[in-house]
Amino acid sequence: MPPEAAPKLQHLEETRRPPEDPIVNADSGAASAELGLVAAAGDAAAVASGDLAEPAELGGRVKLPQAARGRIFELAVYGATGAFIAIVAGLFIELLTNSWPSISTFGLSFLWTSQWNPVTDQFGALPFIYGTIVSSAIAILLASISGVMAGAFLAEFSPIRLAEPLSFVIELLAAVPSVVYGLWGLFVLGPVMRDSVEPVLQRYFGFLPIFSGTIYGVGMLTAGVILAIMIVPTVTAISRDVMRAVPDSQREAIWALGATRWQGFKMVVLPIARPGIFAACILALGRALGETIATTMVIGNRPAIAASLFAPGYTISSVIANEFTEATTQVYLSALIELGLLLFVISVIVNGLARLLLWTIFRPMES
Amino acid sequence: MESAGSVHLHQARGALGIFLTALCAGSVAAILLLILGYVIREGGGALSFDFITQLPHPVGVTGGGVANGIVGSGIIVGIAAVIAVPIGALTAVYLTFFGRGSFAVTVRFLSDVLSGIPSIAIGLFAYTILVAPMHHFSAFSASFAFAVLMLPVIISTAESAINGVSREIYEGALALGLSRYSAIVRVVLPSARSGIITGIVLAIARVTGETAPLLFTAFGSQFWELNPNNPMAELSLQVFTYAISPYRSWHEQAWGGALILIVVVFVLNLGARIALRPMRSG
Repeated sequence: MPPEAAPKLQHLEETRRPPEDPIVNADSGAASAELGLVAAAGDAAAVASGDLAEPAELGGRVKLPQAARGRIFELAVYGATGAFIAIVAGLFIELLTNSWPSISTFGLSFLWTSQWNPVTDQFGALPFIYGTIVSSAIAILLASISGVMAGAFLAEFSPIRLAEPLSFVIELLAAVPSVVYGLWGLFVLGPVMRDSVEPVLQRYFGFLPIFSGTIYGVGMLTAGVILAIMIVPTVTAISRDVMRAVPDSQREAIWALGATRWQGFKMVVLPIARPGIFAACILALGRALGETIATTMVIGNRPAIAASLFAPGYTISSVIANEFTEATTQVYLSALIELGLLLFVISVIVNGLARLLLWTIFRPMES
Repeated sequence: MESAGSVHLHQARGALGIFLTALCAGSVAAILLLILGYVIREGGGALSFDFITQLPHPVGVTGGGVANGIVGSGIIVGIAAVIAVPIGALTAVYLTFFGRGSFAVTVRFLSDVLSGIPSIAIGLFAYTILVAPMHHFSAFSASFAFAVLMLPVIISTAESAINGVSREIYEGALALGLSRYSAIVRVVLPSARSGIITGIVLAIARVTGETAPLLFTAFGSQFWELNPNNPMAELSLQVFTYAISPYRSWHEQAWGGALILIVVVFVLNLGARIALRPMRSG
């Protein structure tokens, strides 16, 4: 039965045509300001193909205030778009120029040395990079599996009566402020991890270095779990949408061949939806990498690289949050801003990749 | 084509698989209820009339509230909306009516990417262009950071709301002799209004729960502060400060603040969804 998957992919290929923006085609230019009823009587086909600009001269009468208002509106639209681009460009330029003292002092060694010493103005970000990667890796590992499963239930197996409220609850989970997650993580999840989860892991898997050592409650694993809870709605919602976008004809075809619902899901829906699910996970990963407040509250904030996931760690965003207002020297401040630049660059790459993937999936379907 | 036993095996595996997906969906939903339950239980005890009307008391003095934080949140988010709504809505108009080709694609892509930039990096941006040159923390710099966070949300929801207005309506307006300006402002935008408002409400909900950029922009304050040029208290920042403090009475206040935050954010999200519903079906 596996060959059944091939025609579906081909079907998806066929739908990938360059997107067309219908409204833009109907652009008639400022010249069409006063068409009068002339155009109304005109052929609908001419309207649709955007031939409105020519008959404008026939209208004759030009009310200036109206045209002026149109001109001002146009300027406002271009101005706003310009402002938006300036903000995004400014964000990058400001972060780059302000981290320049640190970049020129430490160069690339900033990324792989572990000395973080404000007293001697020595700054190496490795413990923070390590903490960010490890906590996000735990988060995406937990969230991708449970999120894709939950998304599959909502898209494929659940009755609609149940899928609607469940989707709603899961989407609300995405709206919970991160400081509330942090609070809950600090006072509820942290103690549970310390008293129940981590001792059990240590008893059965203590021979692994990642589950050895002292148990604190706050630490890398707790941060990873909180991050997983925070990003699981993203994975669930997007993988649900991607799976729903798989045409029903594909499912019906394999059911007709005698496949069960589960086989149909595994052999048809999952292979077609795979790139979208992958994009969902990358997008969620991006959110985990930059999350600040909740992580800061539960990771323990100790700049050390430890093999054990029970040990406290530190992330890039947490160190900015904790130390920025206390930074005294210019190089110190600049080193913290360079960490911000690092987060910026990572998230542009990660999100850019995810968006490109999602675009190739969803845009052709819309048109 | 398969033996009866093999078919049963397939059915059993299928049932197990479907059960596991249901279990995952259920557990994810249960986590929300769990968190909500805790916040209501712990925060409900801290909530009182004094809590929402009084200033914070110093450590050791019982009572006190987060009134200045609630007002501060309103001011900071309000100014942010005033900055972000026109820029965001007009950029969406650009994308739907004016933009074409690779430039419009670039703008849309920038907006999508901006939505993924960590809020702390945007806080640093607000610090370097507003706080550092002025040499003091200010509520206005926090509003700027929030506005940047709101932009992608407003742009993408407004764009899809405008695209949702059928093309025939726009063309009909042009055919009746309206200028492009009038067709957009008097016909298309009013039809897309509920979708655009939804986007604005969602953007407000998004920043209301945001804390990270405030650490080095609004900074926080123990006093009544209504001047946006000065450091200002903000509710989520107060919750953060109280939560990581070593004092038990402050922890209780943190839960109380968290309850207010979560109620506000949920009400905004529910409101946005209800506003969106008729548009989807129609």
